[in-house]
Amino acid sequence: MGFASIREKLGYQPVLLGVFALLASGALAWVSESTAGAIAAAEAKDLRDSLAEVLPQGFADNDFLHDTVDLENKGKTVTIYRARQGGVVKGAIFKVAERGYAADIVILMAVDADGKMLGARVLKHAETPGLGDKIELSKAPWIKDFDGKSLGNPAPEKWAVKKDGGVFDQFAGATITPRAVVKAVKGGLDFYAAHRKEILGDKS
Amino acid sequence: MSDALKEVPSGENYGSIIKDGLWEQNVVFSQMLALCPTMAVTTSGTNGLGMGLATTAVLVVSNILVSMIRHTVSSQVRIPVFVVLIATLVTVVDMVMNAWMHDLYKVLGLFIALIVVNCAILGRAEAYAVKNGVFASAVDGLAMGLGFTGALTLIGLIREFLGSGTLFAQASNLLGPSFAFLEMKLPGYGGALLMILPPGAFAVLGFLLAGKRVMEQRAEARAKNASGGAAPLVA
Repeated sequence: MGFASIREKLGYQPVLLGVFALLASGALAWVSESTAGAIAAAEAKDLRDSLAEVLPQGFADNDFLHDTVDLENKGKTVTIYRARQGGVVKGAIFKVAERGYAADIVILMAVDADGKMLGARVLKHAETPGLGDKIELSKAPWIKDFDGKSLGNPAPEKWAVKKDGGVFDQFAGATITPRAVVKAVKGGLDFYAAHRKEILGDKS
Repeated sequence: MSDALKEVPSGENYGSIIKDGLWEQNVVFSQMLALCPTMAVTTSGTNGLGMGLATTAVLVVSNILVSMIRHTVSSQVRIPVFVVLIATLVTVVDMVMNAWMHDLYKVLGLFIALIVVNCAILGRAEAYAVKNGVFASAVDGLAMGLGFTGALTLIGLIREFLGSGTLFAQASNLLGPSFAFLEMKLPGYGGALLMILPPGAFAVLGFLLAGKRVMEQRAEARAKNASGGAAPLVA
């Protein structure tokens, strides 16, 4: 009985399928195991790069990637990275998210100890290309308008796009997107103001 | 997939394998396969090129593996075996790139997972690799992949040029800084947004398909005329 006739037997097929499933899972497990360390390192580097981008250069002298505190914000856990100088917390970096035109816009923002904006960058969004994507720094400098702003500057009612009587520019053809970003950043500042003591005080 | 399942007459004639892959049986323009990634990623020439190259790599390896196991796998369970094989392969490529080519992965990462849904890969396994030798299958995978890359790059370039007035924007992120000369920008052109949005993909693909049909009809008519002109001489 040759191989060709064994191959057509009913028993051969499930065994073959099983062997291939086993080989595939074995290969996946092995690759996953051997790449896990390198992937974690690469992602940590990505995070460090994006954190360093919202902080002015030389602002922190600590490894703020590992100096974190977790707080609740609107039912979600927010990780706050603390930038220190000589052991004193000088600023905090955290993510805020707000529903944009298509999906949530995720923004990374840094504030100094007094609640003044150090910088903001959009990490993730799904806004219309060519209209709403001007919130990316690579497309337009708009996001830099937030630098140096705080809850008192401009006044709370001016924290809005110009169309709504505020101080922030909207883009031609896209009001929803900048409105969402302004709301997110203001929400972040409110959140910081409410939890300032916990963020600054706790020395862990 | 019905078109891909048709018996490919090329056999092991490498010239016709390459011609089929690049033009006659082009994945996008003739077989009309893999339209999901085609529509989704061709917002710029660079994206099309990146997706095409990643797909080509997966296609070559999957063709080689399928051809290697073609005598072991019985025809009744071949489809699930190939699906497992391709899905595993794509996942491995995804993880390896994420780990050791992280900068490239940040540009291409989104597309790698999309390769799993690319039916052209299963299509080539079924239509070619399962019936042919390892080397011929590798050549077929390469030719089909390059044909796919060409189609995606062309659609991407047209959409990018009409939509944002640039050519190969951010190509140096994908290919390295020495390819920055590819990047071009049309000064003072705001771009027709529609071409970047999904309808632009359908419009460009439609015009290109129509163009290819016209070229093929002309070639056919010319061939007919030539034989028609030659026939009376013989008679």
